[in-house]
Amino acid sequence: MTTHTTSTAPPGHRRKAVKAEAGKAKATGNRRSPGSYAVLAAVAVFVLAFLAPFIVILLNSFKTSADFRTNGSLSLPAQWNWSIIAEVWDRVGFTQKLFNSIQISLGVVLIAVLLALFNAYAIGIGRIRWRTPFLIFFLGVNVLPQEGLVYPIYYLFKEMGLYDGKLGYTILVGITYSAFGTYLLSSVFASFPRELIEAASMDGAGRWTILWRIVLPMSWPTLSVMCVFFFVWSWNEFLYPLVLLISNDNQTVPLGLSVMQGQYTSDPTSMSAAALLGIVPMVVFFLIFQRSLTRGMTAGAVK
Amino acid sequence: MKTTRHPRPTGYAVFLAPGLLLSLLFLVVPLVMTFYYSLTQWQGVGEPTWIGFDNYTRLFSDADFWASFRNIAFVIVGIAVVPTLLGLFLAALLFDYIGKKHGDGFVSLFRSGLYLPQVIPVAVTGLMWGWILAPEGAVNSVLEKIGLNSLAQNWLGDPDFALWMVLAVLVWMQLGYPLVLFLSGLQRIDPELYEAASLDGATWWQRFTRITVPILRPEVYVVLVTTTIAGLKVFAQIFVLTGGGPGNSTLVPAYFAYQNFFERADVGYGSAISSTITLLVLIIAGTMLTRQAREDG
Repeated sequence: MTTHTTSTAPPGHRRKAVKAEAGKAKATGNRRSPGSYAVLAAVAVFVLAFLAPFIVILLNSFKTSADFRTNGSLSLPAQWNWSIIAEVWDRVGFTQKLFNSIQISLGVVLIAVLLALFNAYAIGIGRIRWRTPFLIFFLGVNVLPQEGLVYPIYYLFKEMGLYDGKLGYTILVGITYSAFGTYLLSSVFASFPRELIEAASMDGAGRWTILWRIVLPMSWPTLSVMCVFFFVWSWNEFLYPLVLLISNDNQTVPLGLSVMQGQYTSDPTSMSAAALLGIVPMVVFFLIFQRSLTRGMTAGAVK
Repeated sequence: MKTTRHPRPTGYAVFLAPGLLLSLLFLVVPLVMTFYYSLTQWQGVGEPTWIGFDNYTRLFSDADFWASFRNIAFVIVGIAVVPTLLGLFLAALLFDYIGKKHGDGFVSLFRSGLYLPQVIPVAVTGLMWGWILAPEGAVNSVLEKIGLNSLAQNWLGDPDFALWMVLAVLVWMQLGYPLVLFLSGLQRIDPELYEAASLDGATWWQRFTRITVPILRPEVYVVLVTTTIAGLKVFAQIFVLTGGGPGNSTLVPAYFAYQNFFERADVGYGSAISSTITLLVLIIAGTMLTRQAREDG
């Protein structure tokens, strides 16, 4: 039963048989064996165990404290109740935090992508003088640890009235990410078809027109991946928001939840619910943009 | 590289101006300021007092600082070495075994599952694990259920365990990153290569060591360097999980710097710590770049 790769396989297995014949299955290694199912099952168990923490969080966010105390953290909830989640939602001011995170992340994406586009246009398409030193500069900026900048930024933001405000913070993080975007886009632009640009400029298109009408549309695939990535990064930031966005009205989701931690240590179900609230938005985002996310990471790491 | 048949196009520099200026203002100026603060004694208010390299000499005789660096060595194992090794093995298993025998559907399903922790906010991951590892958390529940009560611990509150727990959480968080990179790197491999090898009687392990690993060398390099840099910067996990404790058993430089900045009002000393990390990061990144440039050209 485990080997259907012969042409005499019953009709129900024809697809596999055809696929096998179509080519990649001449090697004996492609045959499914009991052993191969064992390996598959082992990997599946590993992945499930890997995801178990999420499952535990899910289970306990719906338990009443009494249920948790009698049945512990591993049982199914005696009955699924939403009250703990609702209560944590209110206490954290989750609606506001969600709004803050969305607003900030969108702003960061806009600033970072625009700046990166301009920078990379000058470096990759314009081939300006000293482009290599500029590129090295942006690359260096890209790896700077935040802790090496955070105190002066905190100080300067206080002086400039940007402290505990979304605007200054958004600009700061946008600039930080633009360094990475510049590096990535410059290498994409370096292999941009020159004829297109030359043809356009023959036709009298200026640099702005070329950027908006030719370069931007053609680099949209890379840009969209960058947008997805910057959105996630900015959503997940911790040190800068911890220092710069201190008031309740400005905090982002992860920060708002993690600073509640101290208040919850004696209240396990609330703790769990808080974690769940932090997990859900990104899981939703992940499910929507999964392909872009995995593609983007590849693009970023190995250009 | 330099073709100067056509006159160099001019007028593009204006596009670089905003990005360059803002980066200088928001990133380079603070960097220079941090270095300047590191040469002063300053509480964050009033005038900094110039003390030269005193903060750095103090640093080198500070047990907490050395503890934080020892912990960073562990963190790098947890964030760079273990995920890379495990990721290599898993990527090869998914690509060269599961994918071939059971289809790419399983591969992408498993890949997504293992990548998921990468998109969860680090602070939330910390919150989640902090709860699971708590004295009344899930780990101890499991131990109780299977009758191993005696093994139950205060996992994050015991200096003998805290760092190992942090390490385990880091491995869990990081695994998806090398895995996804390696899987995409493996697309470069001509499937015939594996087939030829298995026809010649190569075992899975031989294919792994002779084909997979050599081909993935660039990705391995990138993963090791980027995660080592990330390891030097580790902050949120520590902040949320342990606060550097108990004692200084999970203290890391970034958290140590943060403490000096915002809890002890010792900005000069904190700046010396963060300047040291910055320097280390730049050296590692620079080494990577020059090596990569040499290999490319």
